[in-house]
Amino acid sequence: MTHGAGPAPLVRVEGLVKHFARERRWFGLGPPAARVRAVDGVSFAIAPGETLGLVGESGCGKSTLARAVVRLIEPDAGRVTVAGEDVLALRPRALRALRRRMQIVFQDPAGALDPRLTVRAALAEPLAIHRLARGAEAARRVAALLEEVGLDADLARRYPHELSGGQRQRVGIARALAVEPQFLVLDEPVSALDVSVAAQVLNLLAELQRRRRLTYLFIAHDLAVVKHIADRVAVMYLGKIVEAGPAAALYAAPRHPYTAALLAAAPVPDPGAPRRRLVLPGEAPSPLAPPPGCPFHPRCPHPKKDARCRTDPPALREVAPGHAAACHWAEEPA
Amino acid sequence: MTEPLLRVRDLRTYFVTAHGSGTARAVDGVSFDVYPGETLGLVGESGCGKTVTALSILRLVPEPPGHVRPGSLVEFEGRNLATLPPAELRAVRGREIALVFQEPRASLNPVFTVGDQIAEAAVVHERLSWRAARARAVEMLALVGMPDPAAQAGRYPHQLSGGMCQRAMIAMALVCRPKLLIADEPTTALDVTVQAQILELLGRLQAEFGMAILLITHDLGVVAGAADRVAVMYAGEVVEQAPARELFARPLHPYTQGLLASVPRVDAPRAAGRLPAIPGQVPAATAWPPGCRFHPRCPYAWARCRAEAPPPLDAGAGEPGAHTVRCWLLTEPQRRTPRP
Repeated sequence: MTHGAGPAPLVRVEGLVKHFARERRWFGLGPPAARVRAVDGVSFAIAPGETLGLVGESGCGKSTLARAVVRLIEPDAGRVTVAGEDVLALRPRALRALRRRMQIVFQDPAGALDPRLTVRAALAEPLAIHRLARGAEAARRVAALLEEVGLDADLARRYPHELSGGQRQRVGIARALAVEPQFLVLDEPVSALDVSVAAQVLNLLAELQRRRRLTYLFIAHDLAVVKHIADRVAVMYLGKIVEAGPAAALYAAPRHPYTAALLAAAPVPDPGAPRRRLVLPGEAPSPLAPPPGCPFHPRCPHPKKDARCRTDPPALREVAPGHAAACHWAEEPA
Repeated sequence: MTEPLLRVRDLRTYFVTAHGSGTARAVDGVSFDVYPGETLGLVGESGCGKTVTALSILRLVPEPPGHVRPGSLVEFEGRNLATLPPAELRAVRGREIALVFQEPRASLNPVFTVGDQIAEAAVVHERLSWRAARARAVEMLALVGMPDPAAQAGRYPHQLSGGMCQRAMIAMALVCRPKLLIADEPTTALDVTVQAQILELLGRLQAEFGMAILLITHDLGVVAGAADRVAVMYAGEVVEQAPARELFARPLHPYTQGLLASVPRVDAPRAAGRLPAIPGQVPAATAWPPGCRFHPRCPYAWARCRAEAPPPLDAGAGEPGAHTVRCWLLTEPQRRTPRP
């Protein structure tokens, strides 16, 4: 997907593939094990300072994609470039150096923080690993980080279990920021939080982005949250991006029937709002055996669905400036 | 006016904390009614007491550490469930009031087939033979929209998706045609497209059976789409109660207003700048703030709010008691000035 005349992208992902083998074989004998096609040829680019929102339902491969982009898991194929560096080709030492520029924040801050480390130790650790600061300088930086994410300085002595969910997520963000990255992968960063706390954390993320000129890959299942924070949005279904475009255009006039269905299904806090007309039948098929043709065809409510949808996989192609969709009917506005 | 099916008055459920440091007043004087055939949405953030309220209705709170305080009234068709003898209570549970939980797979028994678990309720409560009960189970699975219900009845929970497990749970809950279904975050663990299916299913079954639903959720969008009336909980209390349209059109409690403003919406243009978040966090149940429990986070709080707990005050819309708000602003509306 090209990105028009804007600045050169900071992050570029091309043809990324990650399959997981299911270990079902008896001593390596018998037929080859089935493969879960978690990420199945995904490409996108993110400009410096931009937020790309990646939405999809559970099992669509968005978290696998997040981990593959920062190489926490090894992709099977494809290319990832961050700030000009080929992430997948780097040797361990160089990769560690690059990790100073790209960090990841996880959904569950309780699981992502070491329960035996105080907040101070958790924040000082990346500084020590990357040899950025020690002693008094590290203490000063930890204090500055806590202030930046809106936490009291006296929380530094606490352990994760002594913090609320919102405070833990702020610590998770502070820890990612400790090494002063340019690029943050945010994997469902507010999904585990209550609405009033989620709003605070979303505001914090927006503020940090402005102040530090950060680039975000923001992954979520909540379309409303993504709409609030993302400049561009990509929708994933069964390991593939089925639609991507500027947030405003994608929400106002989705070109893929799956995006339209997701938008119709999202609950709206207004009893007077038009009731959902479109309830999608069935559930996403197993990524072990994606359907032939368009992966969405068994659930697709498009009135023009035909034999081609069942046999030919539609290509992801530009259907409007900067707006791509993988539906045979994407050129005709719904 | 019709009599309520369920009348909850001054329900208080307290827990003694593990380290003996105090008492968590999880539910602290909750009152509401559920009328036959309606859906009451009980909304709030985690720790507000909404799940403990649901469990207290059926006396499912583990004792110790929990206990429902004397004086709590949970009147279901004229009987106080809080004091009902265990044998009579068992006849109510599952038969007249059924429960559906958030995590369907955790609530199903992994070593029995789905069909047998549904049939068991009919065997226990209606004394059907296993043969008849199994046939009923297959009917129920068809009713909740399971494809190929006869085959699904023979499967185990781990063989079904989350959405299908939730359908099985609903089938189990409805097998005895209860008058009240308590649904505690029934769609929270599900994807949005499956959530939409389950909400539609609950609406259809409610129309068909005429049961009342107590829908417990943190999601204002789910409540807006499904509830006739809404009760908003904060810090162990119901802080605002109103018909759904009224509550969303004219929220009066600063907490309700804050919640509604802080949710990003998929149907509205992207808000410029910051989301209006509620500052601070929910206090601990062992130490609710004095006076109005929301005052430390409230933009309007004044001396009275810090000293005196407001009772539910009538907002003066519709019938008396239709819209009540625990907030002193109702007595001094001129204090509701916009703050920077």
